[in-house]
Amino acid sequence: MPERGTMQSKSGISKTMAVLAIFIIVIGTVATYYILNPKTTITLNGAGATFPEPLIKKWTSEYNKMNPSVVINYQGVGSGGGIQQIKEKVVDFAGTDAPVKDEEMTTGYLVHIPETMGAVVVAYNIPGLTGSLKLDGDTIAKIFLGNITKWNNERLVALNPELSLPDQNIFVAHRSDGSGTTYIFTDYLSAVSQEWADKVGKGKSVNWPVGVGAQGNPGVAGLVSQNPYSIGYMEIAYASLNNISYAWIKNEFSGEFIEPTLESVSKAAEGFLDQMQEDVRISIVNSPDPEAYPIASFTYILLHQELNVYGEKMNFEKSRALLNFIWWAVHEGQSYSEALLYPRLPPEVIVICEELLRSITYNGQPIITS
Amino acid sequence: MIAKRITRRKIVDKLVSSLALLSVAIAIIPLAGVIIFVTSKGLSAINLEFFISLPKPPDEIGGGIGNAIQGTLILIGLASMVGIPIGVLSGIYLAEYGDNRFGSLVRFMADVLSGVPSIIMGLFVYVAVVLTTHSFSALSGGIALGIMMIPVIARTTEESVRLVPNSIREASMALGVRRWKTILFVVLSTAKSGIITGIMLSIARIAGETAPLLFTAFGSDVWATGLNQPISALPLVIYKYAISPYSNWQAQAWGAAFILLIMVLVLNIGVRFMARGRYRR
Amino acid sequence: MPSPLFLFGKKESKGARKFVSGDSIFKKLTLISALFILVLALLIFYELYSRSQLSISKFGLGFLTGVEWDPVHQVFGALPFIYGTVTSSIIALIIAVPISLGIAIYLSELAPRRFRSPLSFMVELLAAVPSVVYGLWGLFVMVPWIRDYLQPFLESTLGFLPLFQGPKFGIGMLAGGIILAIMIIPTISAVSREVMLAVPDTQREAAFALGATRWETIRFAVLKYARTGIFGAILLGLGRALGETMAVIMVIGNRPQISLSLFEPAYTMSGVIASEYIEATQEIYLSALIEIGLLLFIITLIMNVLARLLVWRMMRMFRGAKE
Repeated sequence: MPERGTMQSKSGISKTMAVLAIFIIVIGTVATYYILNPKTTITLNGAGATFPEPLIKKWTSEYNKMNPSVVINYQGVGSGGGIQQIKEKVVDFAGTDAPVKDEEMTTGYLVHIPETMGAVVVAYNIPGLTGSLKLDGDTIAKIFLGNITKWNNERLVALNPELSLPDQNIFVAHRSDGSGTTYIFTDYLSAVSQEWADKVGKGKSVNWPVGVGAQGNPGVAGLVSQNPYSIGYMEIAYASLNNISYAWIKNEFSGEFIEPTLESVSKAAEGFLDQMQEDVRISIVNSPDPEAYPIASFTYILLHQELNVYGEKMNFEKSRALLNFIWWAVHEGQSYSEALLYPRLPPEVIVICEELLRSITYNGQPIITS
Repeated sequence: MIAKRITRRKIVDKLVSSLALLSVAIAIIPLAGVIIFVTSKGLSAINLEFFISLPKPPDEIGGGIGNAIQGTLILIGLASMVGIPIGVLSGIYLAEYGDNRFGSLVRFMADVLSGVPSIIMGLFVYVAVVLTTHSFSALSGGIALGIMMIPVIARTTEESVRLVPNSIREASMALGVRRWKTILFVVLSTAKSGIITGIMLSIARIAGETAPLLFTAFGSDVWATGLNQPISALPLVIYKYAISPYSNWQAQAWGAAFILLIMVLVLNIGVRFMARGRYRR
Repeated sequence: MPSPLFLFGKKESKGARKFVSGDSIFKKLTLISALFILVLALLIFYELYSRSQLSISKFGLGFLTGVEWDPVHQVFGALPFIYGTVTSSIIALIIAVPISLGIAIYLSELAPRRFRSPLSFMVELLAAVPSVVYGLWGLFVMVPWIRDYLQPFLESTLGFLPLFQGPKFGIGMLAGGIILAIMIIPTISAVSREVMLAVPDTQREAAFALGATRWETIRFAVLKYARTGIFGAILLGLGRALGETMAVIMVIGNRPQISLSLFEPAYTMSGVIASEYIEATQEIYLSALIEIGLLLFIITLIMNVLARLLVWRMMRMFRGAKE
């Protein structure tokens, strides 16, 4: 078959180039249209944990309505990402679930401000179960260690005498992606089980003895809801908003089984108030407060202690805007927490936050003086 | 005996035809499955507000992904400006001038690069661009996506250009057309369809990538403020909303996925329509 | 290559200078672009290498054979991930290559003309689905299907093989391989289709004239001619499979273990990097993850070399067949 001549092809290629040119011009116009922003706004960037992201987004939205000249952009790229970014001074504040140790603060001291709290629930899928499962820390550890493999194991039956547990293998699901949720859960297991502490330890990623790894909370929730006789752990908001059954956990100090609720999680902090005065990064799992839910934790905002480390990108006005936002978040901001299923900070903790915020300086000068 | 042989060949022929048709059917099943899945979950979130407004916190009704759509368009544009020229030109080199050791090395490296996970590309650009400029930017995101496009475009361009019969090149040059013009206007337009396929496959792929954008474009809740500033993108929004516990955010994630699919579809149709040759097998 | 313009005599001398400079500029431009690819690959390799120094110096060659991945006690070994990546990619290729070729053959040779464009288009649309969407669809739709239909079927028919034994959760190596296959089918089939369409009709007509059936025509006239292009398509598909992350980590079970059974969970190299890099903070942990990235780069290199060797061997065997 004869091919067409060059004239035909030439118009074809010009057409394509014309289309490409139009394409690029359109993109360029769209891009530049919005670049014409008045530079009177102060933009603050934050990066870090995904857990508090919805609440922080609520805060940035509300705060911006009250202070239109301050724009705050927080993105949940992960605690690790947030910590890396603030160490590299690419972001003004970071969010992290697991606290940062002093040795890791290689580019300047980072102040931890607990801005909200979170809880991890143990979710399960047992078809036909007539009530809520009750568990204690050591039993959970044994399940996740692979020592307890059947639902009708004596220990489980002893904890739940009024339920009829089936003779089925327990299908264990855990997180495979590094996460603060895993950190809190393994922190708790290390606190209540010596065997767990020796064998596995606590971390955002651990070497799980048994079980299948899923991505993110929806991954674990998906596995648990689709596989009968499975067990897994996830954030409380996830379980409650997606109709997943979760267990009541025994408080080691009062002997009571505590249901995970916003109030019982808040109470966890109240068991550690003295230690928090020393160092706010203390773990609050397995709290001695008798009404506290045992698997709870703070999530922190990280700020450089001395804000002039940012060089030209920072000035006094910007530092003040940053701290005013965080101040607002731990005070008025708490009123938005419960609607989004986050526990409120107890008042004593808010006082500690105030002191911490006052300790932050710009060129050696404290920024918040009132 | 000959009749038996012919019948056997005919049977084999029919068998292969059926298998080929079956392959198409098998491929269409997951496609249909994914599209139905995305549409059924996402359609409820789609309305005018969804297209043109900024995101809202989960406890407020409404909100949209307008800035994510803007961001993805800008990022695709930037990536194409990086990936298409370098990809096509290298492909031309490999096909027209590249039958030597250097060419083999480049060809080999292009294949290897196509296997680098997107998160590593993102980390590379993070170190090269974001850390040096101390800021997340749309530009760095575009570069990360752009370099991901290069290997596929280069190789498909090379294969397509190679298949242009030499008679065409010779005819053109016999008419006095210079070599570079021959390549650019005659050879390329004959190989057009294949090159565009490579480009469209690359764009389709990078339009949906999340990992390389986490440390480069970063994401944003407002309209794009500049090429050297963070910017939102559809895959980032899809990922963040899909893993959240809130059902309205989850519905928006699916809506965004649906829009992304439509966008790539429209782009694909549009470019192919524009670039169609009169003569097509 | 001698300029054909010399036939035109005098005109050539003025044109010749322009001819040379336009050509050489263009050639240099393409050369620079090709060089860019090489430089990019070298830079990425260098970046990976330098950032994994910490891990290399601590674990040495033991990293390649180690099977423990324990971020808490800082013991890292890559073997389960190497196994996961190689196996899942091979499964993906085994599934995807025949299907992709079938599609390419159908769309370029057998389909009625008016179905060609829409069907090709639909197959390419598979490439437009974002990875994260594949992952979620895989988890909520494909995995239950595998668990309830595919795994029991495989167990009942091929269960004597250790490949298809063990508890059936849906999630696992098989699911990972299948979703990778789905994701690389558009690449392999679209590029193969283009390559096959570009085969000149003269080849086909010659075969028909000799009395070949359609399949025989395809086999001897088209596929032979398009051979290297199809091979290139497969390599691109392999590349994509090796580097894919988001979709695989949702369905493969993410358990660093080596098991003969395809029903068991596994973990890929790109998977563990994507899963754990964002949250890792200790220097040695980050370094170990980057070293996995480096190993993946090297394995991609090796698999490409092996693939090329294989084809070279095959071409030698078939040399002499009509070209």
